[in-house]
This record gives sequence, C-alpha cells and structure tokens, in this order.
Amino acid sequence: MTSYTAKFEDIPGTRVFTAERAKKGYELNQFCMSLMKPENRERFKANERAYLDEWPMSEDQKQAVLDRDYNRMLDNGGNIYFLAKIFATDGLSYLQAVSTMTGMPIDDYQKMMLSGGRSPEGWRSIKDGN
Amino acid sequence: MARITAGLTTSHIPAIGAAIDLGKTQEAYWKPLFDGYEWTKAWARENVPDVVILIYNDHASAFTPELVATFALGCADEFPPADEGYGPRPVPVVKGRPDLAAHLAEGLILDEFDLTLMYKLDVDHGLTVPLSLVYGQPEEWPVRVIPLAVNVVQYPPPTGHRCFMLGQAIRRTVQEFDEDLNVHIWGTGGMSHQLQGPRAGFINKEFDNAFFDRLVKDPEGLARLPHLEYVREAGSEGIELVMWLIMRGALGPEVEELYRFYHVPGSNTAVGHIVLRAADTH
Repeated sequence: MTSYTAKFEDIPGTRVFTAERAKKGYELNQFCMSLMKPENRERFKANERAYLDEWPMSEDQKQAVLDRDYNRMLDNGGNIYFLAKIFATDGLSYLQAVSTMTGMPIDDYQKMMLSGGRSPEGWRSIKDGN
Repeated sequence: MARITAGLTTSHIPAIGAAIDLGKTQEAYWKPLFDGYEWTKAWARENVPDVVILIYNDHASAFTPELVATFALGCADEFPPADEGYGPRPVPVVKGRPDLAAHLAEGLILDEFDLTLMYKLDVDHGLTVPLSLVYGQPEEWPVRVIPLAVNVVQYPPPTGHRCFMLGQAIRRTVQEFDEDLNVHIWGTGGMSHQLQGPRAGFINKEFDNAFFDRLVKDPEGLARLPHLEYVREAGSEGIELVMWLIMRGALGPEVEELYRFYHVPGSNTAVGHIVLRAADTH
C-alpha cells in the first residue's frame, strides 16, 4: 500500500477506490457495466449464478453479488458507480441501496438524512477518535 | 475575442433529474430544493451565453473500468444523453461547439495540460442534471456546451491545485479565441456526501459553508486542501468538489457573488449552488 492510500485507512467506515482496489475489482466492475444492456439484465435476472459464472470473478465477489452485500463488494474492489448497475437492475434507488451499507433500516436512514445527515462527530479519524 | 464572464456551481444528484423527469418538483420533499434554483433560472433567462464549458464527472456511463482519463474534453458536434440503466433521460441532445473545443484542446495541451480528447461521448446525469436545474425542460438547450469530464471516481483524482491551474489556463485560452463569444463555466458535483460503507449519509454543513466562502475569497488557499481532508470532512464522494476549483480558476482573481443556495438533503447529498460573475466583465 502506498503512503497516499494508507492515510485514508484512518477514516472510519470508508473504502476509498484506489488504483489497487480498481485492479482487484476489475472483473466485478466489468460485470456491473454489462448490466447496462437490457438483454443482459434479463439474462442475469433469469439465473444470477449462471450469469456470474460467465465472468472470471472470484467466488467471494460472486457470493457478495448474490447476497447483495455491498460492503463486501467494496472490499472486493467494487465501486459504487459501477455497483449502481446492480441496484438499478433490482429497481432500487441510490438512497435505498446506500442505506443497506450502514446497517440502518431504510426508514431510519431516510429520517437521518431529512434531519441533516450523518454528523461528522466521531466519523473523522480512527486514530484521533473524533 | 471570447470571454468567460460568469460561472456557477451546482450539485448533480441523479434523483434530482428523476424528480424533474417524473414531474415531482412540487412534492413536499423536493419543493424546497427546486425553489432554491428559481433565482438562477430567472438570471439564466436574462444572461444566456453562447457557450457553457461544463465541468462534470462521468459515473461509469461513458468511461468503463478499462480507461480512466483524468481530464477529458468533449470535442464532438453533439453528446447524447447516456442510458444509465433506467433508459436515457428524456432531455434534448447536448449540442457541442467543436471549433472552440478544438481551440481549447490545442491551447491547453500546448500549455502543458495533457487532456484526453473525446470525439464520442454519451453524457450522464453529471452533465444533464445541472442543465435541467438551470434551463428547465426546453425543446432544445439554449446554449452550446463543451463537456470537460474529470475523474473523481478512482483515486487519486487530480489535486485541487491542478484543477485551479487548469481553470486559469482555460481562461487564458478562451481569450485567445478570435470570435466574440460570451462563455460561462460551470463546476458541478458536491457538496458533502458519502455513498459507501457504514459512514454513508455523511454531511458536514460547517465544511460546506466554509468551502463556499473560500471558493469566493481565497481560492488559491483552498486549492491546497489535500484529498485526505476532502474525504475526512466532506465524505468519499465529496471529493467531487475539486471540480469547482476549475470553474473558480477560470473566472480570474476577483469575483462578485450573485447568489448562493444550500440544502440538505437531496437524496444522500448536501446540495450546494453558487453563482459568480467575473469582476472584470461588468
């Protein structure tokens, strides 16, 4: 890990999409891009596992997609703008999909946003605890 | 000669585009947000430039994992709205200004900004949502647009300082164009937001408001803010704010602030919008 990349590891609950992660997630993100074509969306929906097996992705990447575990997809090099093609296929908005990564029920997440969003307090630095 | 006379910045949240396209702008959730753009829509009707240079980022629509371009200039005759997975937005095709784009490409590359040049480019919500916010739902957009796509998806994006310098170079290069054109420049994206991980939903009003103030009065100092501080204080997707510094660099040292609007939330995001006039172009 470069010193530039390492600094971001101090920020809680965040995986910055670095060149290293982009390499790791290349096939996962390419699979996501394929869902921009309607015919591919239909084939994916008809048999998700079979469609995923057409891609040279790791088993962990495939399972994360099947589970719609977006945090695990991020760990595997996914990036939100590519992953958006999956939740668009599922008919979900950014708000709905993003909330699943926080562990909050969608109603609670929506209420938090309406009351001004997540406060920065406690979310700036692991090292400084602020 | 051509001149850059005014600039604006605005968030480009995809849900804003959906609210416009589906006729939901007067619903309770959206009305306060759209009301905040009424001043600008009136101003924009009275101040129609010949060309808008529109700084935005692509969201995995035209750029795939196969190619990451730091700065990519749209040189085509026109730019169709992209299909982002929900079908293309029902908005007019964006008409370019290839003669000025060619001039910019030549001038900026000789000025040592090594741009990628795009002769085919589908434009996504990053570019079309700002046009909708300012110009509403016309049959044709009232301006020609030169898109400048900036990578803010894969780290590292360009530094704020590089963005500011590119803006300054755009100002110089536009002034060397022979035709008498009125040019505006828009910076889009931001403000604080994070769309990933347990920290998603992050909003920082204090940072955002200080960013507005420094953008107007201390852009050179603001341009030195490291990426780490953007992520720490504005969220991982708040890094889009570096694009605003291109706009600011292109307006020259002194600006007059005409209008400012801030609203939380637009979906997951703090909506920020400011309109500036270049001080030497009254």
